[in-house]
Amino acid sequence: MEAYAFEAYAALKVVWWLLLGVLLTGIGVMVGMDMGVGTLLRHVGRTDAERRVAINIVGPHWDGNQVWFILGGGAIFAAWPLVYATAFSGFYIVMLVLLWSMIVRPLGFEYRSKLPSERWRNAWDAMLFISGFVPMLVFGAAIGNVLQGVPFQFDWRLVSTYTGSFIALFNPFALLCGLMSVALAVYMGGATLASGAADPVSARARRAGIAAGLLALAIFTLAGYLVSQMDGFRLVSGPPPEAAQTPLHQQVARVPGGLLANFAAWPLLWAFPGLVYGALLLGVLAQVLRRPLVGWWLGAFAWVGVIGTVGAAMFPFLMPSSTHPSHSLTVWNSGSSLRTLSWMLGFTLVFMPLIVWYTSWAFWVMRGKVDPKQIEGSEHAL
Amino acid sequence: MVNDLVVELSRIQFAATALYHFLFVPLTLGLTVLLAVMETIYVTTGREIYKEMAQFWTKLLLINFALGVATGLTMEFQFGTNWSFYSSFVGDTFGAPLAIEGLMAFFMESTFIGLMVFGWDRLTKAQHLIVTYLVALGSNFSALWILIANSFMQHPAGAEFNPITMRMELANFGELFFNPDAQAKFVHTVLAGYVTAAIFVCGISAWYMLKRRHLDFARRSFRVASVFGVMGAAGVLTLGDALGYVGAHVQPTKLAAMEALWEAEPAPMAFNAIAFPNQAEQRNDFAIRVPAMLSLLVTHSLSGTVPAIDQLEVQARERIRNGIPAVQAMEKLSADPKDAEALARFKAHGKDVGYGFLVQRYAAGGDLSKVTDADVARAARDTIPEVWIVFWAFRAMVGFGLLMLAYTVLAMLMSLGNRVQHNRWFQWGAVLMIPVPFLACEMGWLVAEVGRQPWTVYEMLPTWLSVSTHSEAYMIFSLSGFILLYTIFAIIEIFLMLHFIRKGPEPHGPAGATRLAGAY
Ligand code: HDD
Ligand code: HEM
Ligand code: HEM
Repeated sequence: MEAYAFEAYAALKVVWWLLLGVLLTGIGVMVGMDMGVGTLLRHVGRTDAERRVAINIVGPHWDGNQVWFILGGGAIFAAWPLVYATAFSGFYIVMLVLLWSMIVRPLGFEYRSKLPSERWRNAWDAMLFISGFVPMLVFGAAIGNVLQGVPFQFDWRLVSTYTGSFIALFNPFALLCGLMSVALAVYMGGATLASGAADPVSARARRAGIAAGLLALAIFTLAGYLVSQMDGFRLVSGPPPEAAQTPLHQQVARVPGGLLANFAAWPLLWAFPGLVYGALLLGVLAQVLRRPLVGWWLGAFAWVGVIGTVGAAMFPFLMPSSTHPSHSLTVWNSGSSLRTLSWMLGFTLVFMPLIVWYTSWAFWVMRGKVDPKQIEGSEHAL
Repeated sequence: MVNDLVVELSRIQFAATALYHFLFVPLTLGLTVLLAVMETIYVTTGREIYKEMAQFWTKLLLINFALGVATGLTMEFQFGTNWSFYSSFVGDTFGAPLAIEGLMAFFMESTFIGLMVFGWDRLTKAQHLIVTYLVALGSNFSALWILIANSFMQHPAGAEFNPITMRMELANFGELFFNPDAQAKFVHTVLAGYVTAAIFVCGISAWYMLKRRHLDFARRSFRVASVFGVMGAAGVLTLGDALGYVGAHVQPTKLAAMEALWEAEPAPMAFNAIAFPNQAEQRNDFAIRVPAMLSLLVTHSLSGTVPAIDQLEVQARERIRNGIPAVQAMEKLSADPKDAEALARFKAHGKDVGYGFLVQRYAAGGDLSKVTDADVARAARDTIPEVWIVFWAFRAMVGFGLLMLAYTVLAMLMSLGNRVQHNRWFQWGAVLMIPVPFLACEMGWLVAEVGRQPWTVYEMLPTWLSVSTHSEAYMIFSLSGFILLYTIFAIIEIFLMLHFIRKGPEPHGPAGATRLAGAY
């Protein structure tokens, strides 16, 4: 029984590592698409009426989609408390920038069209742009920083201290990763608008989506090259995976080129970067052929590929420490207890399918193109 | 080693942003339910005016909801950004209800609110009604899970401290869920939200009556809301009593502060109706006392007693002394988890490990072997929260509660007798009542949270140790940013609310139906 529980514990840690990937992908796809729309707002909408069409395409869904982001925070808190604590406090100023840009978004959607004044609406358009572009930049940049390792350490009680500067979080590689996520968001936003609007909004969105898809391919290639040159981390020794443990009892070494080690050991993992190339190339093609919905789904697969690539390169690390590598957070030492992970898995298995079901229903109810005349008619509604 | 200023700034930031979030939450909690009631009347009677009511109050709900979401995002992230040790220390237990809230409540509420607004034309009447109910259910579920999380901090049931991983781990999910504090707290808070929404709707309806506009609309809204309000107000008071009863058992320090009870006294104990507490000298400068009342209120008997501050400090000193070896053993275990002697020592003293942390703040260089009697006394004094805040906030909440009960009963009786329309004094009164429930809610949170000090997790984790290790500059930057942003938000919200209240409900009719379908 004991031995069984221990093995189950190691397996659960891996399951929650996979679920972390699902969550990050969910954020990228669902929140990213709305943020792409925000980023593209002024580009696809040259008149107020056109911009309202764009906003109303995501109008019924942005709030539900945003919950992916909130759940991301909550689930990391519950399943990976040390990661939540260390990353959120370590990235403090950056997190604030993310948060502050995100919290103007609900107001942007909800308040923009409430008053007819042009200045009022222009100001909120600017907010919607910032709250689309900035969070996606930070999201990608955070992943870029985690790939490189973050300067932090623990004291004996596991109080974490971040020892770097906040400017260091915006190093060139992190910014490149940030741009990658902005490009994917714009690609998804473009596909969403192309399918939900009529021309000319649709045509502009399609062109923007195609350009963003090609840009994402280029960045992914460049970032891949840089990753192959970077140091990775290797777990030299430590408690076994199934043990309850803290990050204070392991040895970790820096290894040049180490981020490719997992790919060398399991060549099947190359499928993830392969998926990114395949999905994006086909996706761009689909957009060219005016099949935006197909393009959207392929974009979602591209996100799976990107998050999968990062996860495959880092496993078992979640957040390596660049200054005290032996304090690095791994899948084995920063998860919650067996009981919490089990309960949380139970809740996820019950509620995730329900969420997918009613979210799909909501999209289905609101399917079809947004009719500009109907928005005109509801001038006074919202 | 401890930067007191950073601790203070983190506390101020958390308190300010949480209190701000809770300006929007009660209205959402109550208004979503009230909307479901109005729409039910519409669907069952088919009277268009109830649809118009549902749609108009939805508009105000949305203005409020946007800010509830925005400020809620801050809350979700602030545990990690500013309370990082707290987060890693209790994430295993506390994180779970927070994550479940996302899975079970936020997704539901946020997905269906989109359909509720945009779906009038696309859903059948019955479907739309169900969607509205799901929004209301979602917001109430969200209160349930967040309050379970909060109750864990007030009374950490269902968790066990694990000296190997050095954190509180989930021991029993049922105990976490069925925390007695959470049960009372959930009903009390949700009903407080219903009262808030009822008084809000009554107040604005009365304002239309004052302006002689939308009279039929205003009269009906007032009636539905006042009935709803009476039920809420009566329930809030009953459950408030239950909450105090539970609280007295799980948090004696909070109760002693709530009652400004400095010295022990025999049963039946007298109640301080009014007091000017003097924390420095540990007494009341002035007090009006009601004999035997405290025993009756808190223990529901004449022979019951509750511990006073002087007794609680003596107990705290003992527990601090017992907690010191626990923390020392924990430090040993941190270096070597297999140290059997340290583990045994931890087992013997572990229940007071939180008190050991508490005194570590004053130990020279954080070294517990250097703790003096003066340090122990100082830490024991810390276990008593700021009495005057807790005392007065509690009395304000209860006073407002009684006022609101009287008002809602009167409002219902007058509205059922069709007399509100003719009484301008009462209409003005109804308008002036609007801020009262919001104030009562804020006061309630001051009691709950200030009364829990100096702990973030009662008797387990002191506030000073919970905070992230930021620099003062970081904290000043973030606090200024929040103040700036939140002030702008408040101005915009109030402006928009007033704008739409002044505009009033849209005329309805066959053409009106589609015009009112939502769009941004
Ligand atoms: C309309 C609002 C409202 C009204 C009229 C009342 N309350 Fe309240 N009260 C709240 C709104 C509230 C609240 C904001 O919702 C709190 C904060 C924490 C909580 O659980 O609910 C609260 C907290 C709170 C607490 C502290 C809980 C804790 O320590 O965790 C107690 C003991 C009471 N209430 C008791 C009462 C009593 C005896 C009342 C009237 C006779 C009363 N409340 C009226
Ligand atoms: C939205 C309603 C809430 C309000 C208005 C509120 C209010 C407050 C206030 C006034 C303080 C400051 C106490 C002091 O420093 O003396 C505080 C502290 C705190 N509260 Fe709450 N609270 C709310 C809900 C919650 C919930 C639901 C949680 C947890 C889930 C929570 C967690 C905390 C924490 C971690 C602190 C630590 C800061 C400190 O102790 O100073 N609060 N809160
Ligand atoms: C301090 C801890 C708290 C956190 C971390 C938190 C988190 C959040 C978040 C992330 C949202 C946005 C959800 C969305 O997008 O739909 C939100 C909204 C909400 N919260 Fe909180 N919250 C806290 C305190 C509370 C308390 C104490 C209550 C109720 C008793 C509450 C009730 C609600 C409700 C009903 C909503 C939805 C309605 C609205 O946004 O106005 N929250 N909260």
